[in-house]
Amino acid sequence: MSRSHRSVIPGFGLSLGLTITYLSLIVLIPLSSAFIKTAGLGWSEFVDAVTAPRVLASYRISFLASFAAALVNSFFGLIVAWVLVRYPFPGRKVVDALVDLPFALPTAVAGIALTAIYAPNGWIGSLFGDGTFLARLFNDGEAVKIAFSEIGIFIALTFIGLPFVVRTVQPIVEELEPEFEEASASLGANRWQTIRRVIFPQLLPPLLTGFAMAFARALGEYGSVVFIAGNMPMRTEITPLLIITKLEQYDYAGATAIAVVMLVASFVLLLAINLLQKWSRRHHAV
Amino acid sequence: MASAVSSLSRSVSHAARPLATRDAAWVRYTLTAVALGFLALFLLLPLAAVFTEALRKGVAAYFSALSDSDGMHALKLTLLTAAIAVPANLVFGVAAAWCIAKFSFPGKSVLITLIDLPFAVSPVISGLIYVLIFGAQGWYGQYLNADDPWLPAFHAWLVERDIKIVFAVPGIVLATIFVTFPFVARELIPLMQQQGNDEEYAAVTLGASGWKTFWKVTLPNIKWGLFYGVILCNARAMGEFGAVSVVSGHIRGETNTLPLHVEILYNEYQFVGAFAAASLLAFLALVTLVLKSVVEWAHARRIASDVARAG
Repeated sequence: MSRSHRSVIPGFGLSLGLTITYLSLIVLIPLSSAFIKTAGLGWSEFVDAVTAPRVLASYRISFLASFAAALVNSFFGLIVAWVLVRYPFPGRKVVDALVDLPFALPTAVAGIALTAIYAPNGWIGSLFGDGTFLARLFNDGEAVKIAFSEIGIFIALTFIGLPFVVRTVQPIVEELEPEFEEASASLGANRWQTIRRVIFPQLLPPLLTGFAMAFARALGEYGSVVFIAGNMPMRTEITPLLIITKLEQYDYAGATAIAVVMLVASFVLLLAINLLQKWSRRHHAV
Repeated sequence: MASAVSSLSRSVSHAARPLATRDAAWVRYTLTAVALGFLALFLLLPLAAVFTEALRKGVAAYFSALSDSDGMHALKLTLLTAAIAVPANLVFGVAAAWCIAKFSFPGKSVLITLIDLPFAVSPVISGLIYVLIFGAQGWYGQYLNADDPWLPAFHAWLVERDIKIVFAVPGIVLATIFVTFPFVARELIPLMQQQGNDEEYAAVTLGASGWKTFWKVTLPNIKWGLFYGVILCNARAMGEFGAVSVVSGHIRGETNTLPLHVEILYNEYQFVGAFAAASLLAFLALVTLVLKSVVEWAHARRIASDVARAG
């Protein structure tokens, strides 16, 4: 490719100009407003706003629930990706398409549907009611509260993060060279050794990428969580909800300060994901 | 960051596997059962719950809930929002992909990262930033209340017409454009980079104008990718909740989109109404998945025929 000013293809100035103008107006200037607004706050005010006990509790629940959900998605996502590629079964294409449902289903719809299922009178919630077998198994016979508790948050975040791991691991499973597995088998490795020593190392980079993506998405998620969470301050109040609560109380500075902390966290994660993807690509090219 | 969203470039191959790379039958069955069980629990069950709850009081109650006038207004606003946000991001996506894929310039990888930025931002923050700019305490609010404003004629026009941005329709559209910003661009950039510039060079060398080259050469090559990006962009535009919730102000029959309408009905314990509106959105999601599969299939066929022709 030649340098831009010597290229025979026209439209460089127009397309780049349009791109940068639109990007600035829609994304960069609005995003910078959060940082400018926070800069108006003194340092100690800022620290107070973002380290108040209620705020710290919201970081804790958001972080832990997102981490747990991403972990569960990594485990099951790896299995789903493997099964979808390696073990043909009737209806595989439909199941494959359905994996993207959490991307396509509006989060509010997911939120109320999950709440209906896991509420005490719901399909699954009722299985955990007082004295039921599952309640005796997990909680000495007392009802296990799923919706309106930390478990509910975890379930909603698992739902919305589900496609990330499957969709990052699946293409790599598709491209695995069977020759490596054959070579490993012909050199005397049993199937388990082949999986652990030959296949898994190739799947680790995309798995970590998928984990980071699911985690990042879960941290910022709002719609699917608010219905099922119960939203009790200090216990089941996620950080995005706290931002909305502060906005509704016209505490714009407080809301923006928390938003800046979240933005910085997402940018760090975005950077980590980009590095992971680079590593994944290099690893895969070998 | 959400490169997992797009998977058009995925290859599909199902050659018979050599014996040494096959797993034992019990492993196959167990893993398949675990995978399908997990997906049934997390995907099928919520989908089934939406339609079951919507039809709980019968078909008549379902349809009367759907024809509610606030619901109709919410549906109209959702369609209007998507009708503005999707074309806007489509034009931007094509322009961005054109300059990134066809030319080399310094700062290109930074530009690509910046385009992806909205995917990394929490929906709530996507709404918040527009409130900061256009809210009563924001730049726009200060401008409206200024005693000695800059551009007085424009100021007078805004005040006279009572032009509101947040807690009104323009804010909803802006927040939606923000959250759906990268969809078309991130689908087209890798596709156009992969296709290279040879065909465009040929067209331009033979005397075609820039527009003609785009319409006759580039567009036919990228049409499936374009369509794919539009489908994803539209699904998110119609379904966005968090960002829109922050900027809408929840004015019934005025600034409620369909997802916000679902929330309001649900919080008022009108469950049949809430799930009826939700079932429309769920249906839309299913249509999205079907269209997406069709495009993936068409794209795979095109690649296969290209390979066959080249071979």
